[in-house]
Amino acid sequence: MTDGPPAAGPAADDGSTVRLARRRLAVDGLGIAAIGIGFGLVFGLAAREAGYSLVEAVAMSTIVFAGAAQLAAAGLVAAGAGWPLIVLLTAFLNARHLLYAAALAPWLREQSRPRRAAMAHVLTDEAFALTLVHFRRLGRADPGGYAIAAVAVMFIPWNAATIAGFLAGEAVPDPRVIALDIIFPAAMAGLAVGLVSGRRELVAAVTGALVAVVVGLAIDPSVGIIAGGLAGPFAGLAVPRRDPAVPEPDELPADPATFAAVPGRSDDGMAP
Amino acid sequence: MSIELVGLAVLMAAVTYPSRAIPLLLPGFERLSPRVLEYLRLVGPAVLAALAASAVLVVRDAAGRPTLAVGIELLAVAAAVAVVRWRRNLLLALLVAVVIVAAARAIGAG
Repeated sequence: MTDGPPAAGPAADDGSTVRLARRRLAVDGLGIAAIGIGFGLVFGLAAREAGYSLVEAVAMSTIVFAGAAQLAAAGLVAAGAGWPLIVLLTAFLNARHLLYAAALAPWLREQSRPRRAAMAHVLTDEAFALTLVHFRRLGRADPGGYAIAAVAVMFIPWNAATIAGFLAGEAVPDPRVIALDIIFPAAMAGLAVGLVSGRRELVAAVTGALVAVVVGLAIDPSVGIIAGGLAGPFAGLAVPRRDPAVPEPDELPADPATFAAVPGRSDDGMAP
Repeated sequence: MSIELVGLAVLMAAVTYPSRAIPLLLPGFERLSPRVLEYLRLVGPAVLAALAASAVLVVRDAAGRPTLAVGIELLAVAAAVAVVRWRRNLLLALLVAVVIVAAARAIGAG
């Protein structure tokens, strides 16, 4: 993927702004790449122990590219489960991507259809989180930034680590021992903070977290995440503006293309 | 070398890709109302907070049932959030979280 023409807005022509934002994105991505490496190693090992060949393990990581579903499938294959059950579980685990794609769709509407189709394949939790913060920093979509977040930070490390984990076998350390398992929730929480720039976002985030935990405990964590992602924005919308006639100064306009023109917007995507 | 599970990978991708692609490729998404766009703008903070909270607070017990867990991981994520608010540096925040959890586990407190 390469840079396309700017969508709109005064920030669109500022090459140094893009470079600075991408540099920030790359630094943020360094920590998140550890998630891909750590759990890619674990998946490679799990696939080997489940009886996958190297080609099959690599096919999972390149074609499916969905960590939780891949790890669950490895366990089910090892347990002798049938393919229909594994495919059904995969659809269920990955349904949350609908929310990510829907949230990114307004930003990416100026991109060509083939490019959007390619972007969709590498859309993950981490790519979504990094990309949304990056787009908000810039005030517009940036396909090059998306490639950094989705491909350089996640796809390449995940696939390289899958091969390494498969070949290294028992030499792969348990991510819990070196506390790599804390990086994912810490990164998601930290990036959520970067998206909270007003009362509505704050209420949406808090409600999303509460609903995710309550529903996750009552039914299943995967259902909880989807429920939280759906309910949080409704709660945020219920928060009245201070003055309905005047948008809050730190609020992103409904149309992302005009975001850069909002006075008082933080230029780094983090709450002021 | 077996390639049988490549077929399973293709089937798994076939049910994963639509959830990633349909909203991006559906023509109607280019003409959404401001109210819907405002809702979608709030999906980001809501779903990221949901992912973090679920990962930290909901674990499975030995029987596979979801169970509430309040441990050092919650403190580590809270510290990471504080660092992001204070320094606006995600990498530093992740390092702080890892050090807290690793240290706690090393002394048997995590």
